[in-house]
Amino acid sequence: MQAPSPILEVTGLTRYYGRRVGCEAVQFTLWPGEVLGIVGESGSGKTTLLNCVSGRLEPSGGTVLYHSRWGLVDLYQTPEANRRLLMRTEIGLVRQSAREGLRMRVSAGANIGENLMANGQRCYGRIREQALSWLERVEIDPERIDDLPTSFSGGMLQRLQIARNLVTQPRIVFMDEPTSGLDVSVQAKLLDLLRCLVSELDLSVVLVTHDLAVARLLANRLLVMRRGQVIESGLTDQVLDDPQHPYTQLLVSSILQN
Amino acid sequence: MDWMVRVEQLSKEFTLHTQGGIHLRVLEGFDLTVGAGELVLLRGPSGAGKSTLLRLLYGNYRAKGGAIWVRHGGHLVDMVSAGPQLVLDVRRRTMGYVSQFLRVIPRVPALRIVMEPLRALGVAEEEARQKAARLLDQLRVPERLWGLSPTTFSGGEQQRINLARSFIATPPVMLLDEPTASLDPVNRQLVVDLINQTRQAGAAMVAIAHDGALLDTPVTRIVEMHSYQGAIVANDLPQSCP
Repeated sequence: MQAPSPILEVTGLTRYYGRRVGCEAVQFTLWPGEVLGIVGESGSGKTTLLNCVSGRLEPSGGTVLYHSRWGLVDLYQTPEANRRLLMRTEIGLVRQSAREGLRMRVSAGANIGENLMANGQRCYGRIREQALSWLERVEIDPERIDDLPTSFSGGMLQRLQIARNLVTQPRIVFMDEPTSGLDVSVQAKLLDLLRCLVSELDLSVVLVTHDLAVARLLANRLLVMRRGQVIESGLTDQVLDDPQHPYTQLLVSSILQN
Repeated sequence: MDWMVRVEQLSKEFTLHTQGGIHLRVLEGFDLTVGAGELVLLRGPSGAGKSTLLRLLYGNYRAKGGAIWVRHGGHLVDMVSAGPQLVLDVRRRTMGYVSQFLRVIPRVPALRIVMEPLRALGVAEEEARQKAARLLDQLRVPERLWGLSPTTFSGGEQQRINLARSFIATPPVMLLDEPTASLDPVNRQLVVDLINQTRQAGAAMVAIAHDGALLDTPVTRIVEMHSYQGAIVANDLPQSCP
């Protein structure tokens, strides 16, 4: 098998909050088209790690190397302007709370179109066209394009946030608990949608979740975090079916089996 | 004979940290060679390590020691030491696994689930759809179910979706964990025929079948596995169905 080059290489990544550890000495590689799940209990450093690798939180140490369309970039050594450009064009972030990831006072269409404008598109007609097609793709009635997101349900908001992120065709998307807070039927729909989009658009994804069932369905590979450190990693089914670390065993055995 | 899988001195133990840290030795010094066109049947009492062996072969469980060589394209891959990307590639192109249970996203229709392995190999949508339809037909899954999610299907229907998904890309190595367990006699025969057909086309197969369904088929070899004081002793027996 010929090995393609990775899209993201994280080494020795550490972030302290004062004397407290956010995450420590984290190391992983993300490959094109791969979904990497980060699991662990609340407070284990998942979100800190996600913020560090997505360019939103400067780490205390370590490097995040990103293989961008225009070359290799060290995310925290490159000038701020470069990093912001990357975050706008190649990196997406789907937040746990759609309300934080969206602008609630502008229409659904504007939420999608805004990122296209930030990337230099100026033709209103074409932007609206793309917004309409994305609403359809995430299964929101295109007639709602001029409605404010405040009138949307929780599941619709999350799908709108996904459309807003994917419209600019990023290569890598970070997702922080994208399905939590949604009822179970909506979760299934969203999971299916995410899986289809990931394979259609050949996205690489880093997915933070505390829900092992979600991890099993979406992630190819898992990192298990505890107290800021990665204690176990491997293929998703390896980690969940044959966990090695005592903490992972506890985590897996705590799920209610259906 | 060209071998497809060669297991050498495989050992596996579980440490149950949540249950007082006890060690369970399940396999020790296990050897097995499976050739193209061979169907090896694993037998032995529950707990003898049959499913564990299949899961080790598939890279689902992590071995303690030994090697599992698999012919993958033009290369030999050791599933014990291979990295995640390589294991995934072996699963995509070389090795199929029929688990005892079907695990799917609730909303995805049966036909799409069956098509998925072909789509992952880059086969065009239409071709994948036709092949899936043919296979579902062969397994007599009624067409009215194809557009529905299998979560509401009966056990036997789910099992056949599971089988169709695993057989559609005709991988050269197939691992079957109770492929006929929840099927009635008619459907069982359909599955046995499918297994035979695939084997005759040259697939190397390792199977567990408590129900004896595979015993009337030309099994090349039976491997008896015994739980022996926590460790496993395995014998390769010549073809001799009791």
